[in-house]
Amino acid sequence: MQRAVPFAITFVTAWVLLWAVVVPPIDQIREEFVLFFDILAAFAFLLGGASLLGRHGRKIRRRARGWGYSAACLGAFLLTLGLGLLKVGGEGGLAGSVTAEGSALGWIYEYVFGPCDASLISLLAFYVASASFRAFRVRNTEATVMLVTAFIVLLGRTFLGGVATDWLPEQLAPLKIPNLVQWIMSVPVTAGNRAIMIGIALGIISTSLKVMLGIDRTYLGEDA
Amino acid sequence: MIARHHMAGAGASRPRGCCLPLPGAAAARRATMPALVVALAALAAASVAPAAQAPVAEAPIPYYYLIAAPADVAAVDHPNDNGGTIVITWTPSVNDTPDGGIVTGYVIRRARAVTGPYEDVGRTTARTGRYIDSSAETGVPFFYRVDAVAGDVSSQADPVGPVVSAYQWFNWDRLNLAVLGVLLSGAVLWWVNALKRGRTANVRRIPALEAVSEAVGRATEMGRPILFVPGLQDMDDMQTVAAITILGRVASITAEYDARLEVPTTRSLVMTAARDAVQRACLGAGRPDAYNPESIYYVTNEQFGYVAAINGVICRERPATCLYFGAFFAESLILSETGRSVGAVQIAGTAETAQVPFFLAACDYVLIGEEFYAASAYLSGDPRQLGSLKGQDVGKVFAAAAIVLGCLLATAASLSGSRTLETLAGAVRAVFRAQ
Repeated sequence: MQRAVPFAITFVTAWVLLWAVVVPPIDQIREEFVLFFDILAAFAFLLGGASLLGRHGRKIRRRARGWGYSAACLGAFLLTLGLGLLKVGGEGGLAGSVTAEGSALGWIYEYVFGPCDASLISLLAFYVASASFRAFRVRNTEATVMLVTAFIVLLGRTFLGGVATDWLPEQLAPLKIPNLVQWIMSVPVTAGNRAIMIGIALGIISTSLKVMLGIDRTYLGEDA
Repeated sequence: MIARHHMAGAGASRPRGCCLPLPGAAAARRATMPALVVALAALAAASVAPAAQAPVAEAPIPYYYLIAAPADVAAVDHPNDNGGTIVITWTPSVNDTPDGGIVTGYVIRRARAVTGPYEDVGRTTARTGRYIDSSAETGVPFFYRVDAVAGDVSSQADPVGPVVSAYQWFNWDRLNLAVLGVLLSGAVLWWVNALKRGRTANVRRIPALEAVSEAVGRATEMGRPILFVPGLQDMDDMQTVAAITILGRVASITAEYDARLEVPTTRSLVMTAARDAVQRACLGAGRPDAYNPESIYYVTNEQFGYVAAINGVICRERPATCLYFGAFFAESLILSETGRSVGAVQIAGTAETAQVPFFLAACDYVLIGEEFYAASAYLSGDPRQLGSLKGQDVGKVFAAAAIVLGCLLATAASLSGSRTLETLAGAVRAVFRAQ
């Protein structure tokens, strides 16, 4: 029963969603299902919150390694939750909007969360540099082709790329770097991308069928 | 015929009906005289006359201009939909031209009776001839009117209708998708049954998946945990479902090796599904004690909050193996580079094509596209699941054949100029067209 009911729900929902693609009246039911999922996901926040509190609470209680981070995490979580629930600072008090101007939650979002987010994504620049250094090392033929291609594309995206081959006569126009970049992006890159996309589409169909027909029930915590 | 007169400028002193039309207006009058609207426009002519040539100040000569209403207005029910949508088309006003056209747009009005009252349902810019009204009630007859607008002036075409929006039982625009879906599903099911009945299938080696056991063994030897990251999406994303199925297989190997598995998730539902999958895998491996729900936990829904938490785990716990399976975005490189910095063996799999190059640069093994979806079947070794891979191959053969045929037909049509070949090439394209 514990497995049969979730599988029955999966089976019915999947078939309805599938038919909604070609049977327009079912599309409305599909929208209802999507709404139900959102409601379910909202309730699941409670599970997530409980997991967060339990995990970090235990670490603090046991004074486990790194418990200070857990304390900071829980403190920030409870503070943000409290300020958001009580709608501190915003116009209209508890009857107002949680994102009202001047609210404490808005302040946290703008001056704490936003900068932290930006700092993390800015790390990407350094990681791109280190990963590129490794990826573009000339080790074999494939790596060499990739290095040359990447060099042309990078050069073509700059002002220098246009200037460097501007002197070429019109007969050799395809060899001008901006034209080469255009060709690389629209022919080999697009072809490779489409090949991967076709594989992904077939993979999704196959995996969906396995899930819908119960051939693979691992996602329900059950062996096939 | 309905005609309306609007005052379009100050200083209108001439009697109505005395007009100096702007260029093109004569043609407009000839074309759509019944719908012409006469309006007073401006008093600009006198001001452009040089003072030297006009020693005596003349009275300003007012301009009147005419706007032709749009022609051929038609309203029909939108086909292949769930009702509630009506398509209105028209031929733009003759004063709606790219060079010197004075029409600034069109207003679409709707009423339940031909006599009105008409309410505005939408506007379009100039040089458009189509509007889709998605606010119509299904089964209710409506009349539509389209007005050409030039500033404060408008001219209206005769109303059309009644038109009733209705739902259709089949979307014929998607017939090709339905046929393709049935064929591919049939191929998958046929192979699943064939392998179940004992037929053998050769599945090519996927080094990334063969490395999973090796990576788990390495973590066991080193006494360090295995980090499994199931991506950023919820359980309504097929990549996450595929990631959870892979997690089940990985958890089974982990339980056998007695290694420690850590699964931070970004969605509560994913956490619940992951716990179920791991618990069952541990039971299946005969090691129920290996299941530790605390090691599968929710972090946050926020993308970079999640990244920060995982980076923290990687730096503190120094996992021997990092497995990234699921939907990843900008964080793919941050995670995999951090994992690399602690010397972890890293295996990634995603269907996000934009992230594949980042994983390739930073991970030891990467499952690209379909390999990611094949992983669960490959790891399970279950004949029924392997059958689904063979079904996929049928789809690939079909797609490749269609691509080659389409290219040949399009090339031949281009070289020969044959209309028949062009039609055939178009037909091949139409098979894969998504509406």
